[in-house]
Amino acid sequence: MCRDHRGTPPVDYIAMDTPMIGHRTAAAAVALATLVAFDIPATAATYDLTVDRVTIETGDFTRTGIGYNGATPGPVLRFRQGEEVTINVTNNLDESTSIHWHGLILPFEQDGVPGISYPGIAPGETFTYRFPIIQSGTYWFHSHSGFQEPDGAYGSIVIEPEAREPFRYDRDYVVQLTDAHPHSGARIFRNLKASADYYNRQQQTLLDFFRDASRDGLAATIADRRAWGEMRMMPTDIEDVQGFTPLINGQSPAQNWTGLFAPGERVRLRFINSSAMTYFDIRIPGLEMTVVQADGNNVQPVKVDEFRLAVAETYDVIVRPMDDAAYSIIAESVGRTAMARGTLAPREGMTAEIPELRPAPLLTMADMGMAHEGMDHGSMAGMDHGAMPGMDQGAMAGGAHVMPDGTVMEGMGGAPMAGMDHSAHGAGAGQTGDTSYAPGSGLVPSAANGGKFLTYADLKAQTPLYPPRPATREIELRLTGNMERYIWSIDGVKYADAEPIRLRYGERVRFKFINQTMMKHPMHLHGMWSILDNGNGEWNPAKHTISVKPGSTVTMEVEVDAPGAWAFHCHLAYHMDAGMMRKVIVEGAPAEAASLPRARGGA
Amino acid sequence: MAGHRSHAAALVPALLALALLSTTPAQAMPHSWPEFWGVQVEQLEYRLGDDTDVFAWDFDAFVGSDERRFVWRSEAEYATDEDAFEQLENQARVTQPISEFFDLAYGLRLDTPEGATRLHGLIGIQGLAPQWFEIDATLFVSDTPFARFETEYEVLITNRLNLVPSLELTLPMVDDEGIGAGAWGPKLEMGLRLGYDLIDRSFTPYIGVHYERLFGQTADYARDDGEERDALFFVVGARLLF
Repeated sequence: MCRDHRGTPPVDYIAMDTPMIGHRTAAAAVALATLVAFDIPATAATYDLTVDRVTIETGDFTRTGIGYNGATPGPVLRFRQGEEVTINVTNNLDESTSIHWHGLILPFEQDGVPGISYPGIAPGETFTYRFPIIQSGTYWFHSHSGFQEPDGAYGSIVIEPEAREPFRYDRDYVVQLTDAHPHSGARIFRNLKASADYYNRQQQTLLDFFRDASRDGLAATIADRRAWGEMRMMPTDIEDVQGFTPLINGQSPAQNWTGLFAPGERVRLRFINSSAMTYFDIRIPGLEMTVVQADGNNVQPVKVDEFRLAVAETYDVIVRPMDDAAYSIIAESVGRTAMARGTLAPREGMTAEIPELRPAPLLTMADMGMAHEGMDHGSMAGMDHGAMPGMDQGAMAGGAHVMPDGTVMEGMGGAPMAGMDHSAHGAGAGQTGDTSYAPGSGLVPSAANGGKFLTYADLKAQTPLYPPRPATREIELRLTGNMERYIWSIDGVKYADAEPIRLRYGERVRFKFINQTMMKHPMHLHGMWSILDNGNGEWNPAKHTISVKPGSTVTMEVEVDAPGAWAFHCHLAYHMDAGMMRKVIVEGAPAEAASLPRARGGA
Repeated sequence: MAGHRSHAAALVPALLALALLSTTPAQAMPHSWPEFWGVQVEQLEYRLGDDTDVFAWDFDAFVGSDERRFVWRSEAEYATDEDAFEQLENQARVTQPISEFFDLAYGLRLDTPEGATRLHGLIGIQGLAPQWFEIDATLFVSDTPFARFETEYEVLITNRLNLVPSLELTLPMVDDEGIGAGAWGPKLEMGLRLGYDLIDRSFTPYIGVHYERLFGQTADYARDDGEERDALFFVVGARLLF
């Protein structure tokens, strides 16, 4: 689909002007202050982006969508750390638009969220963004208006660091994953509201019932179906929106995006998940990958065979193919409904084997939030999840208990937890020991070759961005929803009805996410780094997107160093739109800190 | 009974206007209102029977938000041999959530089949019961009140081939001879439809059977009119969702 503008060789600079000095607006003060503060060389460049209606052709379907400079994905914006960028965005649509620079640390007025940062960009208008590039690494950009992002309005950002990187590579490619859907975003959202399972074509059927009954016994199978039926939830509810074509750099599996290499070269692959809804499990059979960067920040290198890329995350990996052979880049959706495929090859036209999709995992009762520590249910706390089938029914007195959000989980005591059996034959739970999943989760990944699968705990900052200090306070956020009505919320309140979260400049706030839903939520805080508490202390990695798995609790800490108003939301497009979002207001900044980005990040 | 028709014509829009006015727009709503809309046609079918063939429909068209939906529900049975509507009912319903899985529904229902016109107020609950049963229980309030209970279940044979058993029970609470309803004499309708999702979930053609049976005084009224107390139909039709 569209033109190929990836990779190092065809550098796609957009109207890059010579250094420019004539600052006129308020941005000038910001820029100058920044230059002084960080001793950044006074370089500046101008970039032009147009927002256009484009045609998406995947081979499976053709539709109109939205792109940048006439294509989706839009261009790779190549910035240099230390430069002051000016980006002119011209809206050629007949509706309002916006561009958010995902993961970039910048003044809040430049963050590109309509209704929070600015009013948006009207049809026909050219809006000029100006901000200093104070970080380096792999990022991306996308529209924050309506359903333009799922409709194709995204591109990638590569920022070259000022200092030498602690790893070497000979060439690099952006590998941007997306889940192009034949339906428009607005239609998908409407269909989900009419029928939440509209796109779920992996539901358990009568045929599955017979298969399970012959394998597990009739009684166990009936008990399993009863337990889920009692909750009116589905163990197959892993991908809300199926039926998409997975794309790598805009190209379908058949179109086969190819990155070239010479045997022996180190190739840096900048994986970006710009999907609306889809997590991917990524591997390159035959090649070990060394993860060197996560969400734009260097991490201590970790060698893996496979990793899971949440929506909006980025991971940079280095591979070193020694043979004169082609290798498939395989990205299976976590629900195993689709598989993106690209190729690394010494020459155009070479291909490698494409493996079969692995079987779909099933959610377990653990993913249903049965393991919440925050649950006001004393007897639950010490519950042994490994022994769920034999769960003490006395502990679940009344056969119903009230979740913290007031949701009544009826009948849990009465029905045997036969669903737990699935962890044994589902995704091979426990193989990776990934503690970021609820104990007993059906979603715990394992590598296709039986090797190393990256976990969150493996991510250790190369150089901590901030000196360690204790958090000054904790904010607990329950991730809540009603699957059947397709309502998503935080603490049971939708964005439209919620008060902003107010933070004080200079605080270090510990956010505790308690996922009370059966779905993954990639939580994205704008403007400030999210320091994931993955047990590595001082080396906890700074990310911009943190995947909170079903039924799990995750904490992150935020150095509140960016004054202004920021968005904070689940990055699954339809969850955000359904209400899983907050405005964050940072108050009380000293005058000199106003609009001055502090953290650098990257490198 | 002719007067009912004109009353109803005025009342239905009035009720809708009232419900619209009572919608408080949420502050800083990122969506324009209505947030969404849709049309769900549960039945659009031709019934082949011994005595007569029947063309029937049953649909909901809705606009609204998570907090409140306005629904136009229409159900009809058109008998081809009589060239007349045996049943033609239109409901203006407002639904709003009262629990995680259930909605309260209220509104008006206007029946304008051949011969008699009736207007009722309605109040009921609808939603998804444990074990995936779709439930709709409604009380129709007027000087000839009655209750109706509907339930439906979808058996997935595969992810596209589905079997839908359904049951509908209508229970008149007083005699209304004009429409052949006898006090506490229920009308039972049962269906079994085998469908295939041909285009997403927007077009699902099906075949099946539809069975109706009258009991008690209602059956007696039918007998007096020379009609059978039960009837079996083969049906062919389609479910639509858009």
